[in-house]
Amino acid sequence: MKETIHFELNHQARELVLERDRTLLWVLRTDFGLTGTKFGCGLGYCGACTVLIDNKPVRSCMTDASLVDGKKVITIEGLGANGKLHPIQEAFAKNDALQCGYCTPGMILAAYGLLSDNPTPDRREIREGLEENLCRCGAHKRIIDAVEMAAADMKGGK
Amino acid sequence: MIKINQRIDKNISGYIPDGISRRQFLKRLGGGVIVAVAISDFSDLEAAVLQEMPTDLNAFLRVSLDGRVTCFTGKIEMGQGVVTSLAQMIAEELDVQLENVDMVMGDTDLCPYDRGTWGSMTTRFFGPALRSAAAEARAVLIQMAAEKLKVPVTQLKVENGTVMDSNNPKSKITYAELTKGNKIVKTLSEKPELKDPSQFKVIGKSVKRMDGKIKVTGEAKFAGDIRLPGMVYASIFRPPSHESKLKSLDTTAIDHIEGLTLIRDNDLVAVLHEDPEYAQACLAKINAVYDTPDSTLNENTIFDHLLKMAPEGEMVAEGGNLGEGEGMAKKVLESEYHDGYYSHSPMEPHTALAVMEGDRMKIWASTQSPFGLKSEVAQVLGMSPDKVHVQPAFVGGGFGGKSNNRQGVEAARLAKLSGKPVMLVWTRREEFAYDALRPAAVIKIKSGVTSAGKIASWDYKVYFAGTRGASQFYDIPNHKTTVYNSGWRAREGVHPFATGAWRAPGNNTNTFARESHINFLAAEAGVDPLEFRLKNLKDERMIETLKAVADKFGWIPLKSPSGKGYGIACGTDAGAYVAHMAEVKVDRQTGHVQVLRVVCAQDMGLVINPQGATIQMEGCITMGLGYALSEEIKFTGGMMHTRNFDTYKIPRFSMLPDIQTVLVKSKDTNAQGGGEPAIICMGALIANAIYDATGARLFRMPMTPERVLEAIKKS
Repeated sequence: MKETIHFELNHQARELVLERDRTLLWVLRTDFGLTGTKFGCGLGYCGACTVLIDNKPVRSCMTDASLVDGKKVITIEGLGANGKLHPIQEAFAKNDALQCGYCTPGMILAAYGLLSDNPTPDRREIREGLEENLCRCGAHKRIIDAVEMAAADMKGGK
Repeated sequence: MIKINQRIDKNISGYIPDGISRRQFLKRLGGGVIVAVAISDFSDLEAAVLQEMPTDLNAFLRVSLDGRVTCFTGKIEMGQGVVTSLAQMIAEELDVQLENVDMVMGDTDLCPYDRGTWGSMTTRFFGPALRSAAAEARAVLIQMAAEKLKVPVTQLKVENGTVMDSNNPKSKITYAELTKGNKIVKTLSEKPELKDPSQFKVIGKSVKRMDGKIKVTGEAKFAGDIRLPGMVYASIFRPPSHESKLKSLDTTAIDHIEGLTLIRDNDLVAVLHEDPEYAQACLAKINAVYDTPDSTLNENTIFDHLLKMAPEGEMVAEGGNLGEGEGMAKKVLESEYHDGYYSHSPMEPHTALAVMEGDRMKIWASTQSPFGLKSEVAQVLGMSPDKVHVQPAFVGGGFGGKSNNRQGVEAARLAKLSGKPVMLVWTRREEFAYDALRPAAVIKIKSGVTSAGKIASWDYKVYFAGTRGASQFYDIPNHKTTVYNSGWRAREGVHPFATGAWRAPGNNTNTFARESHINFLAAEAGVDPLEFRLKNLKDERMIETLKAVADKFGWIPLKSPSGKGYGIACGTDAGAYVAHMAEVKVDRQTGHVQVLRVVCAQDMGLVINPQGATIQMEGCITMGLGYALSEEIKFTGGMMHTRNFDTYKIPRFSMLPDIQTVLVKSKDTNAQGGGEPAIICMGALIANAIYDATGARLFRMPMTPERVLEAIKKS
């Protein structure tokens, strides 16, 4: 069942030989050393492993790596451009919207998905949009503040 | 009083039990001004705190050749923000820019011994020692500057790491210039004074997290993010229950797979492979037969079991005569409160990477206790402690759970047996099964209230929650507090799995029972629950804290149940005072409780970083919603049925109330705990609000919709 796939990872063309069934999460963490994508629960409940596939947030722990063939994958390491933070990252740092920081990459990418679908969400919509991403430290209040700030900063569609 | 020993140069190695010696330290770190610091006397602390106290608490502080200041401490950063607040204290006393302070945390080769990061002790006890060390380093540097500039010490001032002549600002020299080319170790004849709060420039100022940027980019390295050449991932074969006995084990299906290593060492059965998922898949092919005894113990029957297993009680507080008090009472209320088991559930599961390098074991681990891990590994592997090196990594949430280092020991055993670098990342199922849970507990209260609304008697018995928060602080003439099992662990046969410290250990359970009961007494007396508390309190700080929260909340006197859904609770923890008020909405059809808003006032003494303190309060309030309402561990004996976040419901965005916090201006000039106090009231706060909304009395946490419905039916 050897399979070779081609995809774009953080804006670079990549090739990967898959020898067996593997999830995108562990391919990213082991083969590509992209450890910003976290393992939290392994069953898609927590969102720590969220990445973007063709600009949509997905749970990489529940995604078969072979499915990204021909697609564009962005991890937290590839979100900023030209050495600059993405406005969502900037807003998370500015608002202290994190404590231990383990859920943060997934949270930021989930927020990215939310703002792509709805660039001007109100606080209720932000809460609903991030409902399936878990944070144990209780940074929720500031995460909502950060996403609100990012939405304002990104107006004009960045 | 906590006495602070701080010495420069002399005898340092004499009081550092396990970390590195002064000589080793100087050799490793080269030149600069170096100050070592230690706290040694905790004699005045209450017993409950003493139990979790380090035997010693140390740090090295170095002003290096480039003028940067580095603090080497065995404390760790797990989200609570001490990486920032400790740096603030150093910057303040040394008069340097915060950006010029570097923190090296939890490296057992570089940092002096520290027992662990828990108990809200970093700022409270370590902080003052660190400030003294910084003040001492500053005094050394000023003395050197006085010699260089030929100006008396009293005429010098320091700004941003530059010492200058007050009368002639052009005559100046930087810390970097002073330390250049030197290895300076000086002893002062007098202990320097700490700055008076009126002089503070950095302490008390809100500062953003110093680790914020690297945590939003994915750069921050947690233990699982460290990668070594030839590294393999371990999957450990686990029994179905803690009580299971292995009868037979058949590994033939995976005995001859290329690249796969099977390890069998007494109780430890594991497979190692470079692909963690393949290791897991191979593990599933092992056939084992276990003998698992039947058990009737579960989340509902546990409370009778606990009462049966209770050891002799220990009286921890007593005054007056209970019988007399009950005689004076208009009404005597007797209630029993139950609290379940809770998981710490950090988003980062227990993780460790271990590798043998020559004769040394090197470990990166998610741990609240790097030195604890070091000695555990040394003991289990029969190695000399100086051959074990625990390296620092960010910790993805701890809450008490990562003072348990089982995963680090497992990884080290596997690394030694295989000769390979071994990464062990617990699955979420392992995390639930091998976490040291917050213990289930029972509290019995019998208490009388007079027709004048005064509490006349208070007979309090706590089983298995522990002492922290058990002693009440109301002005009650006749009272007795008895603790059955003082800690969070208990003898074998009590709990079906490991138990341990969980954020503000014991105090969540004790405060739930005490503050619920206080509200029931207020209701019996027909008095507003805030007024009732104020009437029965003499402690000025608690009164101030309650008034502060009431003011912010806009409390209107009420006779509960008023239908408004207002709750109130207060308590003390880690030297701090907290008072909470809340408004909830209860769905009488489903039993669902929505907390609409929570206001919290906290008197925590000297506040180092108001922003950091506020964030901890918000975190406590948010996290506390879970144990109050939704987090439930289900089990049969030692078999854990709760395995992931589909059934273990930690707080999520939909549960978030509007949160407001107040830092009460304190008369206390010492810093108190900040990472735990604001979580202790969440159970009683919500229980009291539910009662106010519906008249339903809740005696059991978590207050799930089913339990709320049942209580509504009974009311």
